[in-house]
Amino acid sequence: MFDFLSSYNNPTFLGAFWMTVKLTVFSAIGSLVWGTLLAAMRVSPVPLMRGFGTVYVNVVRNIPLTVIIVFTSLGLADIFRVTMGAGGDVKLQAFRLALLGFVAYTAAFVCEALRSGINTVPVGQAEAARAIGLSFAQVLGLIVLPQAFRAVIGPLANVLIALTKNTTVAAAIGVMEAAYLMKGMIEKEAQTLLIGAIFAFGFVVLTLPTGLFLGWLSKRLAVKR
Amino acid sequence: MSSVLYDAPGPRAKRRNVILTVTFVALLALLLWWLWRALESRNQLEWKLWEPFFTSQAWTTYLLPGLANTLKAMGLSMVIALPLGALFGIARLSDHLWVRIPAGAVVEFFRAIPVLLLMLFANEVIARSMDVTTEQRQLYAVVAGLVLYNASVLAEVVRAGILALPKGQTEAAQAIGLRKGQTMSSILLPQAVTVMLPAIVSQLVVIVKDTALGGVMIGFTELLSGRATLAAVYANPVPSFVVVAIIYIILNFIITSFAGWLEQRLRRGKKSTGAVIPAAAVGGTTATGGEGGGVPGLGTFIDKKDT
Repeated sequence: MFDFLSSYNNPTFLGAFWMTVKLTVFSAIGSLVWGTLLAAMRVSPVPLMRGFGTVYVNVVRNIPLTVIIVFTSLGLADIFRVTMGAGGDVKLQAFRLALLGFVAYTAAFVCEALRSGINTVPVGQAEAARAIGLSFAQVLGLIVLPQAFRAVIGPLANVLIALTKNTTVAAAIGVMEAAYLMKGMIEKEAQTLLIGAIFAFGFVVLTLPTGLFLGWLSKRLAVKR
Repeated sequence: MSSVLYDAPGPRAKRRNVILTVTFVALLALLLWWLWRALESRNQLEWKLWEPFFTSQAWTTYLLPGLANTLKAMGLSMVIALPLGALFGIARLSDHLWVRIPAGAVVEFFRAIPVLLLMLFANEVIARSMDVTTEQRQLYAVVAGLVLYNASVLAEVVRAGILALPKGQTEAAQAIGLRKGQTMSSILLPQAVTVMLPAIVSQLVVIVKDTALGGVMIGFTELLSGRATLAAVYANPVPSFVVVAIIYIILNFIITSFAGWLEQRLRRGKKSTGAVIPAAAVGGTTATGGEGGGVPGLGTFIDKKDT
């Protein structure tokens, strides 16, 4: 029944899902860094930085991810000759371009998640901290961030799960991940339902435990107010 | 301005802010200059590449029909997904275990898998089992994928909407002797609809963005594939991407603003209970956009007006 799976070598079934995992992990790290920077801008005391952060988030959030990913290939690579240091390796280049697209897109959502986390901390907390003479760094490090971090796990988990599912868009520029393999497989093989089911199962395995664990964690760590 | 992070600035902080502003302006200028150089050096600023967008032909032949298809897929998906979502949302609140558990399993399953997989699957099933033209198949496949995914998201919206109502509503209904079905249909649902309206409207943004996936992966002729045809004719990939991105931004901005306006209106409303599900609560625009998302069991957060 599952014989046809082993006849696919480019990529293999597990290889395709490994690519999905790699895309997710690297994009998650990248977007966490860029998203944190954006969030820092959006809550900074400098109006211009806040403006830049707001514009970035609202522009990127309203463009379909598919448009961004396809643009990295047809625009950045084909017109602007951005090779991402892949040195002619087309597959590696597509992978890195997709990463760039995912980071640019997901960072907007990471930024919003972090900002909403900071906003859950009541102003009184910081005011009390300042009143007892703590410095800016102490207020941030001892009072605000520990509370914000705990409030942010739930929203960030949502972003991570959406990112896992979003990596399928990379199939649009030929990155050989799960959706790419499924598209080829489902067109050739007769067992439509079975193929649909095993790929769906693959994603359930990837997203459900992550979601359950992080959901549990965010509830456990939630600040009771 | 003071916030949780910083106090109203004193003289030192003001000076530091000015320095930061100047540095940031310099960085932004550098970025813009670099961007302009990049465009210039690849001849992307030539007027002949941008000119087509000021002629009616580019719009009437490529972009507007594509946009029409995007909106068609969006409308169809929402109209079909909404009742389905309501059904599953209510089923998840059932008192009977044998209704609640399967409904929950279906909702969590479709929320856990990418919408692209659903589209690819629907596309193949339709191609093999139904006798329809290619265009119909592509539309059906896109709508089917969007319906399956968004119905499960909307099910959560409906569930949160009903749970957001004050408990007194159910108790009052029970006190005057309404049965469970009556309580749901004449007391809870009508109120819940207003509560969840902003979240439903902002889910449209997610649907609009996901239609683009159908354009690239199964050839549905929506806005993004209209762009591809246009760029092939006028040989202007970069300008066409810019224009299409702007169309998407404007469209989604209109939807988001409408949702925000609804939310404000509902919050202010005196007749309602004041419970509103924020437009962004359920995998909506701020949560994850793109293909939405959600932590199973984490559910949605609900705002209740303090009264």
